[in-house]
Amino acid sequence: MSLNPLGDFTRLHYKRRKATNILFCSLMVVSTLIVVLALGAVFGYVLYKGLPAFNWPFFTSLPKPVGEVGGGMLNAIVGSLIMVSLGGLIGVPWGILTGVYLSEYGRGKFASTVRFSANMLSSVPSIILGLFVYVILVKPMHRFSALSGSLTLAIIMIPTIARITEELLKLVPNHIREAGLALGLPRWKVTLRIVLRGSFSAIITGVMLAVARVSGETAPLLFTALNNQFLQFRLDQPISSLPVQIYTYAISPFDDWNRQAWAGAYALIVFVFLINLITRVIFKPTVKGLN
Amino acid sequence: MSPSVPIGDVRSLSSGTLINSTKKATKLIRNFTLKRDVHLADKIFFLGLLFTSFLTVILLASIGLFLYLASEKAIAASGWQIIFRSLWDPVRDVYGVLPVLYGTLVSSLLGVIFAVPLSLGIALFTNELAPKKLATIVGFLVELLAAIPSVVYGLWGIFVLVPLLRGSIQPFLIENLGFLPIFTGPAYGVGMFTSGLILALMITPTISSISREVFRAIPHSQREAALALGATRWEMMRLSVLKSAKAGVFGAIILGLGRALGETMAVTMVIGNRAEIVASLFAPAQTMASVIANEYTEATSEIHLSTLAFVGLLLFMVTFLVNSIAHLIISKITKKHTGTF
Repeated sequence: MSLNPLGDFTRLHYKRRKATNILFCSLMVVSTLIVVLALGAVFGYVLYKGLPAFNWPFFTSLPKPVGEVGGGMLNAIVGSLIMVSLGGLIGVPWGILTGVYLSEYGRGKFASTVRFSANMLSSVPSIILGLFVYVILVKPMHRFSALSGSLTLAIIMIPTIARITEELLKLVPNHIREAGLALGLPRWKVTLRIVLRGSFSAIITGVMLAVARVSGETAPLLFTALNNQFLQFRLDQPISSLPVQIYTYAISPFDDWNRQAWAGAYALIVFVFLINLITRVIFKPTVKGLN
Repeated sequence: MSPSVPIGDVRSLSSGTLINSTKKATKLIRNFTLKRDVHLADKIFFLGLLFTSFLTVILLASIGLFLYLASEKAIAASGWQIIFRSLWDPVRDVYGVLPVLYGTLVSSLLGVIFAVPLSLGIALFTNELAPKKLATIVGFLVELLAAIPSVVYGLWGIFVLVPLLRGSIQPFLIENLGFLPIFTGPAYGVGMFTSGLILALMITPTISSISREVFRAIPHSQREAALALGATRWEMMRLSVLKSAKAGVFGAIILGLGRALGETMAVTMVIGNRAEIVASLFAPAQTMASVIANEYTEATSEIHLSTLAFVGLLLFMVTFLVNSIAHLIISKITKKHTGTF
């Protein structure tokens, strides 16, 4: 073998191929490690910085004036709850109905226009949606308001929920619809009571993920809901929200505010993480492409 | 009607009465089961669905329309050349969009450049190398990366990444690669480079998950063929996975680019917010999204507000274009693959 020069050549060639193989495979492992470590760094740092400031007053008290240590984010938590629920109240039915239309009647030109619009709507940067709501609602009302903030969040939810609903309802086999129709049920009853109800828990999963996503939205709230250092429940007044409060505190030069920004980030991340975990564990991941 | 009607009574009837009685029967049945209100309810239901879907289309169209209306003043004042002017000065109320356009494109491209190798590495690792359990865990972790709110990335960027870059990485790059114009100037920490890094982290989940879907759609026989011919694992991936997934991966990258273009909070917090065109990547910059986030609530003059709305319109159009291209590519690919299966 060693007498054959060609054999040496092939062996060298083989060695080189093997080395390339090892090199690229380890590059894959390294890139996975980099990203997982980055995730760990973000999570770990938020935990490390946020946990000490994450205490009871954080939930129960209002922000203190600059210079006074302490205070919490009650106003922001309440504001986020109000806006996310009101946004959900508008966005979830709208999204589900659009999704039902797409899956049950979604053939033809108009349906593909709707589908395209939903796709495009979900890729419009959220700050643009904020700008849009500013023009159509904040400007005519002459004030920033919780209502505008909610509407913005609703618009962000609509395409996500519509697409998830469509995907899920398409998984329902046709013979189930036919069985319902064969029993003499009208179509709307078949759609609502059989098709929609059958995939209810999966749709809830999608809705929860959409809620998790909008509860972290900051940019569109900056000029729709603005911010408010006080606790308030009225829909026609500016209102605080957890992400905007985090942003305000993060770019402020005060140590105590920075500390609270971390606590807010901790609360937000735990919330998002829990929702992701719950949807994964309780509702089986039957949906493809939920993100 | 058919010749083999079994019952004698029917045979004795003339065909005319038979048809008549069937008509009567169907009428009877219809009256019993499909009452008029059922029809009506179905119609109302359908119209309701149609109306909501129509509203969704209207919503998208009106976003473009209202942004255009809001930016009319800026367009009227200086025409579309405003895109090519490079001075952005709110103090003197003079605006040119070029610096923020430049900032958006460069920071997003930087993000894509950092993210593509990482994402492809992850996609290949989870799909081709890792055992199934590990792949599921890694997939979940990468999805979590997508779930972290933008503002948290920004916070982390300000307090962790910026000091790290300013303290060690940027000075090192300036010292060793300073002959390149992109690595010159003082190490601010904040700037284009930093936002590129954060953007990379944020769009990696998008690119890797879609690439993974594309890889998954490639038939196993292709991989086996390569392996049977004696290919190493990497050669198998290169020849039978990457080569046939080229278009799909391209679509995934474009989609990631679309996300990066519109990303606001994290970028706003680490880019330094200075609307200038500078060659160095370490210099502070400004993007379309970040200039809106920074200045919209504080803008006082009509023309400033209108210009910001124009920037919004421009961003809307750019992301619309980029995303529709991506969707076109991806939907074509997935269609083709479902066809072959």
